[in-house]
Amino acid sequence: MTSTVSSARLDDYREVAPRGAVDLLLRLGERLRGRRLIHVSASRYQGQTIELLNRLVPILNALGIDAGWEVTIGTGDFEGIARIIGRALTGTEQVVTDAMLERLRAVCTENAKRLRLDADLVMVHDAAPLLLVEGRSGDTRWLWRYHHDLSSPQPQLWNVLRPVAQRYDAVVFSDARFAAPLSVPRFVIYPSVDPLSERNRDMGRAEQALHLDRLCVPRDKPFLLQVGPFHRSHDPLGVINAYRLVKKHHDVRLVLAGPPPSGPGDDVLAEVQEAAGHDPDVRIVALPPDPQTDMNALERSAAIVIHKPLVTGFGINVAAAMWKGKPVVGSLAGDIPNQVISGATGYTVETVEGAAFRIRHLLGNPELIGRMGAAGREHIRQHFLITRHLGDYLALLALLTK
Amino acid sequence: MSVTPFVFHGCVDLKEMLPFEARDVRELLEQVGRVPVESLFCHTAAALLHRSALPTGYPNDFAHWTGVEMRDQRLAERLAAIDPFESRSLEQMRDELVATISDHLQHFPAPTPAVRAEPFRFFQAHLVPVPTGHQARTLKEFRDALAEVDVSALFYHLIEPRYRLSRGRGDFAEWVASAVDRPDVAERLAGIDPYSGSLERIRDRHLTVLTAALHAEPR
Repeated sequence: MTSTVSSARLDDYREVAPRGAVDLLLRLGERLRGRRLIHVSASRYQGQTIELLNRLVPILNALGIDAGWEVTIGTGDFEGIARIIGRALTGTEQVVTDAMLERLRAVCTENAKRLRLDADLVMVHDAAPLLLVEGRSGDTRWLWRYHHDLSSPQPQLWNVLRPVAQRYDAVVFSDARFAAPLSVPRFVIYPSVDPLSERNRDMGRAEQALHLDRLCVPRDKPFLLQVGPFHRSHDPLGVINAYRLVKKHHDVRLVLAGPPPSGPGDDVLAEVQEAAGHDPDVRIVALPPDPQTDMNALERSAAIVIHKPLVTGFGINVAAAMWKGKPVVGSLAGDIPNQVISGATGYTVETVEGAAFRIRHLLGNPELIGRMGAAGREHIRQHFLITRHLGDYLALLALLTK
Repeated sequence: MSVTPFVFHGCVDLKEMLPFEARDVRELLEQVGRVPVESLFCHTAAALLHRSALPTGYPNDFAHWTGVEMRDQRLAERLAAIDPFESRSLEQMRDELVATISDHLQHFPAPTPAVRAEPFRFFQAHLVPVPTGHQARTLKEFRDALAEVDVSALFYHLIEPRYRLSRGRGDFAEWVASAVDRPDVAERLAGIDPYSGSLERIRDRHLTVLTAALHAEPR
């Protein structure tokens, strides 16, 4: 019964996936029927990886794969240590003591006894459960799926963790530029967007209008949109400056939407508010705690989406906007150039002036907005949908557990 | 006489990073001469699997990187002109790549890469073949199935056998010639230029030939 229900869910993707793709997944699933795949993560809540697993694990089971998802349990100090180590691995200098590493090891050892890890393939997600592999035994193949940038980890820490990573049979990165040198096979699997999620599902104009009204975003003129934290790394001040250059020629609005700052740090909300001054056409939107539907409405209603971080991870939010048929003017950070095909689905830019120039060009040639938006949606359909991601995971299972 | 059905397979591919990369054109020359030939396949003919159908400018990864990251348009154009579908073997294509880059470096100094230039990272692709569930016994069934299958079937039946495995004219033309005895149609299918930008475009051209052949058949 479960199989039938979930199978129908995969069928739901027929209308959005490339033609023939769902049938191919069903056949690949048949070929791998009965193989056991266990995902391990340090959380079952929050984050794009978790959203992906929430959707993928039931579909994998419906395909006949014996898929499970185990979550490591640790105390509050473990979670804090895991966060510090995660930041250090992405290159932000942290103080990592031997005691912290011992605590990480102890928690992983305890979890290794508790978790059900008898499988054909164990896929360990991110840094916190990394050391689980030290307890590997039998014929089970182990794979480390690291979702962040490991190109410049903190050296002292990486010297300790690199031999651990090399105990895996393979490592998967989200982009080649995020990969660290390792002696085991390294694969690249891009993140994806789920076209049926709240963030990306189809939404009619009436529903979009409801959300915009609730967020106090007027609907009387086209607006430019950037969604992202009010941090310097996302350059909201640069976006305001680009908007000001555009505003001299086009009557548009700018909407900057992001989660409210969670505490003191690098947030620049106050500066953004000051920079916006008394311009009624700059709207600063503090998104509610579960903003998926609101972001969907904002992206669908925007004329052009800007994504101009100075530093970012993969930047899959770009793909989410492109899926909604919007041209994106993006920076060269992270994997944005791989998603935005400059000149075809939007533009990549290096400067505030470049962003302004490209936005002006699009607003001055409205037919381009539609054409690039449609090309972007097709690009995402072919390369960045969850159906492709599912195929990649099935291919890993086929390759590593022959 | 019973006809051997054509069984359509698609494929899922995984990209594995190899421990080779190039930071400038000289290093590219060195690495192209050294990497496994499978990697050259991955960055030329197999780029059809990974590339968007959108006009991205250059048809293979070497030309794209040289043009975009090294900003050496002259070399990029010459590398773009190396047609993996015309080379008799992957080793011959390696020779062509090496000769082209060497010749270029003899006449023009290697450009200094831009500060933010990304290195060229070498990959190889692992293909996992998958039956699509479609098969055909007649030309009409073949045309109808080809219109429906995952686009990776075009790669699996055309590009992989012809250019990596050096196997004839590709599976489609071979089957049409032998199983349904239409050598004329097979000839036209084999003549379709795979250098046309995308697998979907190649599919469209096959469908055009097959539909024309079906219309020309006596009813």
